[in-house]
Amino acid sequence: MRRLGLADIRAGLADGAFSAVELAEDRLAALEGAEALNAVVSPMPDRALEAARAADRRRAAGEPALPLDGMPVAVKDLFCTEDVRTTASSAMLEDFVPPYESTVTANLIAAGAVLAAKTNLDEFAMGSSTATSHFGPAVNPWKATGDARPRAPGGSSGGSAALVAASVVPAALGTDTGGSIRQPAAFCGIVGLKPTYGRCSRWGIVAFASSLDQAGPLTRSVRDAAILLGAMAGHDPKDSTSARQPVPDFEAALGGGVRGLRIGVPREYRVDGMPEELDALWRRGAAWLEEAGAEIVDIPLPHTHYALPAYYIVAPAEASSNLARYDGVRYGLRTPAGTVEEQYARTRRAGFGAEVRRRVLIGTYVLSAGYYDAYYTKAQRVRRLIARDFEQAFERVDAVLTPTAPTAAFPLGEKMDDPIAMYLNDVFTVPASLAGLPAVSVPAGLDAEGLPLGLQLIGRPFDEETVLRAAAALEEAAGFDAEPEFVR
Amino acid sequence: MALDRATVERIAALARIDIAEDEQDALAGELSAILGWVETLNEVDTADVAPMTSVGGHRLPWRSDEVNDGGYPDRVLANAPDAAGAFFAVPKVVE
Amino acid sequence: MSALIEGREGVWEYAIGLEVHAQVASAAKLFSGAPTAFGAEPNTQVSLVDAAMPGMLPVINRVCVEQAVRTGLGFGGAIARHSVFDRKNYFYPDLPQGYQISQYSDPIVVGGTVEIPGRTVRITRLHLEQDAGKSVHDRDPDRTLIDLNRAGVALMEIVSEPDLRSPEEAAEFLTRLRALLRWLGTCDGNMQEGSLRCDANVSVRRPGAELGTRTEIKNLNSIRFLREAIEYEGRRQVEVIEAGGEIEQETRLFDPDRGETRPMRTKEDAHDYRYFPDPDLLPLELDEAFIEAIRAAMPELPEARRDRFVEKLGLSDYDAALLTAERARADYFEAAARGRDVKQAANWVAGELLGRLNREGLEIEAAPIPAAGLGELVDLIADGTLSGRMGREVFEAMWETGKSAGAIVEERGLKQISDTGALEGLVDELLAREADKAAEYRAGRTKLLGFFVGQVMKATGGKANPKLVNALLRARLEE
Repeated sequence: MRRLGLADIRAGLADGAFSAVELAEDRLAALEGAEALNAVVSPMPDRALEAARAADRRRAAGEPALPLDGMPVAVKDLFCTEDVRTTASSAMLEDFVPPYESTVTANLIAAGAVLAAKTNLDEFAMGSSTATSHFGPAVNPWKATGDARPRAPGGSSGGSAALVAASVVPAALGTDTGGSIRQPAAFCGIVGLKPTYGRCSRWGIVAFASSLDQAGPLTRSVRDAAILLGAMAGHDPKDSTSARQPVPDFEAALGGGVRGLRIGVPREYRVDGMPEELDALWRRGAAWLEEAGAEIVDIPLPHTHYALPAYYIVAPAEASSNLARYDGVRYGLRTPAGTVEEQYARTRRAGFGAEVRRRVLIGTYVLSAGYYDAYYTKAQRVRRLIARDFEQAFERVDAVLTPTAPTAAFPLGEKMDDPIAMYLNDVFTVPASLAGLPAVSVPAGLDAEGLPLGLQLIGRPFDEETVLRAAAALEEAAGFDAEPEFVR
Repeated sequence: MALDRATVERIAALARIDIAEDEQDALAGELSAILGWVETLNEVDTADVAPMTSVGGHRLPWRSDEVNDGGYPDRVLANAPDAAGAFFAVPKVVE
Repeated sequence: MSALIEGREGVWEYAIGLEVHAQVASAAKLFSGAPTAFGAEPNTQVSLVDAAMPGMLPVINRVCVEQAVRTGLGFGGAIARHSVFDRKNYFYPDLPQGYQISQYSDPIVVGGTVEIPGRTVRITRLHLEQDAGKSVHDRDPDRTLIDLNRAGVALMEIVSEPDLRSPEEAAEFLTRLRALLRWLGTCDGNMQEGSLRCDANVSVRRPGAELGTRTEIKNLNSIRFLREAIEYEGRRQVEVIEAGGEIEQETRLFDPDRGETRPMRTKEDAHDYRYFPDPDLLPLELDEAFIEAIRAAMPELPEARRDRFVEKLGLSDYDAALLTAERARADYFEAAARGRDVKQAANWVAGELLGRLNREGLEIEAAPIPAAGLGELVDLIADGTLSGRMGREVFEAMWETGKSAGAIVEERGLKQISDTGALEGLVDELLAREADKAAEYRAGRTKLLGFFVGQVMKATGGKANPKLVNALLRARLEE
């Protein structure tokens, strides 16, 4: 059952090849056996088995199958889950038990999914390695050939990506603010989709940067990403930024092929110091799409170079405000002190790790009197230019093809003492985040060290269908079927 | 822009995060490096560009004036580090 | 009404601007579905959004927007087609999000005016914002207790220019503004319950000079405290300046027991609110149709109504002002006056009814006599059923029992005797009995008329129509 994807499970359950409970028990056992990945913050075996039993009861009663009936899904520990602690991998929320269920997880439950575990992440989703977690780093199931060092699974949705890559679960939820689904997907050799901003409700997801955060699926196939996204998405009146867009049948879009599609290749993404094999893979990806009938178009995205610095003003600014609620008054950690002011400062010192503190301080600074215009307003102006670049590009092309990350997975612990080097991981993913566009990472090959590399497809707002179509073509051409060391 | 210790102290106070004396220099260095890097934005001419404050193209949705929430103090207080009856409690605040 | 402060070295002038926080009349909060009612048990009117639980998001209440627009139209402000909700970041235990959602650079209403006697006071702006929770400092010796029932309730902050020139003008402005809000139904104006609170920005200067440095007195919750606090603060500032000192721009609190202001412990200069547009919300875009629909449904405003009462109904300026001080009052009067003698109705409402309400400390909404009931009483006097004096008696009985005028007249047999024949008999009888006094009258002691009238009234138990009795007596005595 290990290799079964969502579509396989759907077929297997329909055929009676196995029951949802059998599958859930098997996957829960696999979760227990995957401790070395440190990918799980809180397992949810009782919840999972209960949901699996319900799925079996429905099938026994002859009810039509729900879209995710009996399908095990792991959940990044940033989605609030009712009566199951939700930590954001932070000491601040180590013992926080939400009395509510996030809209996206509630949608999955309503679709019959078997939510199996809460997964490890960079603290408050701030990071690209899952190493800033209060619970220690998650581990990438992949290793380089002849190199025993454990690798980072990327981040911030590293726990989710590691579990899917190791075939512990068929699918997982992630969130993506500047690349937090796509970069770990690339590092772990799986598919990761960040939908259009507003496609999935943010209600009940611990906020990092409100104008950027989006939930999305991590799966081993494009089809599974389409299936999971279909259940996650939809307008939510509880989220003012949720779009009133109908949810199309994403899975139905997959068969379309890319014949006649125009795919843009932005020259600005060819950055200094890009490994030659990544560049080669990118060219190969374009060639695959061309062979499948797409037209490859060289396009400019002139402000690409400025996306990352703009992001590292906007995201910390919003985060500094979003994280102000962690004050030790109503929930979460409290470090007692004689005065409330002292209590705040000690609580927030003890509750936040170094990277979170760093970003909160940067965010506080760029919003402070005298600096707001120079930093925050400037960044928001640049953000508009980046969004405009894409608008202009999409007048000429239907999707944009780029590498997902500038490197393959690096060894655990690397870049931890150099924040900017770590931030550069997101150089290719951040532009689409700033513009709110849908983007997917598809595993496209292995590098010389045997580590997976991903290619990214970016689409027009709310045109996940084209993104998925192109991704399916890329997936088919790449024929990526390597398995990580962990499962071999 | 290079941040000095005093600025680090000021923003840490604004953010209500304790920073130990011996960390200030290192932190000032890190933050200065990040700020120096983001200042590459100054190369971009944004004279006629309006700031992009939201992504959605839709209008702000509104709710009707209906009471349909609240009435569950136990849920509100369930995670409180300190409570007194149905109140949250903090060390005495003097105005 | 401007007032000068006599210093040791000549006179000083006040420059006062007010920031009024008015709780929007709405059932639910600004960004959540929790109720706004006053006086509930702690933390029972709190949603997960109000408690700022992780991942909770705001969705704006349409009625709160409408109320802000209505208020802005009420004082002649310009309604912004585009306004923005910002986050005002600061830490306080009763501020759950660690920021207040407010409007900073782009408020929903800009400009407008409020008239007070002798001055047009300019309104700078009105914006919508969230209220904070309540900190209770006096229930526990070591701890401050937090109740979030108020957290997230919609407030309109209405800011005036520093146009006010005396504590009395400030009080008058707040009174007028409060009446307007109540008139429009956008705020109940209840200062005891905190639905209306006020901060005063106070400075002093030599008459006509540039504005001086101001201090801000926070959280004044009655019109009397507003007046007293400004009075004190003006004198204090003059003393400081005349002693060679400088006024420090600071936030102060008023201590009503001592009648003094003192600086707040938390220094304003430590704040840096780091306003930025709330990314959980989009800009608020209002179209013409939305604003026009509210404008079309606006009630007649107090000044227009006052003018109409004078010009169309012929009321005195005094009565018109009195009857339009509150919308409920004007509505009551118009209902009571409909189809009958308007001046009589005005006299009864402005005199008897308001007098009694005032003595009892009641608002007109709580009057036990409905407007139609008072109208009936006016009719009974107009048609001669009741004398004025009897009318007052019936009014008292209506107030006490809640019964209608007709029922009381019936019950107590209070019908006025206007039967000429019956009264003539009584008059003739009286003049025969008191022939000496009748002779004295005829000899010129006409003051005795009162005596005769009194006797007839006494004989009828007060029910004789006094006008008729007067006429009959005169006719007999002077024939």
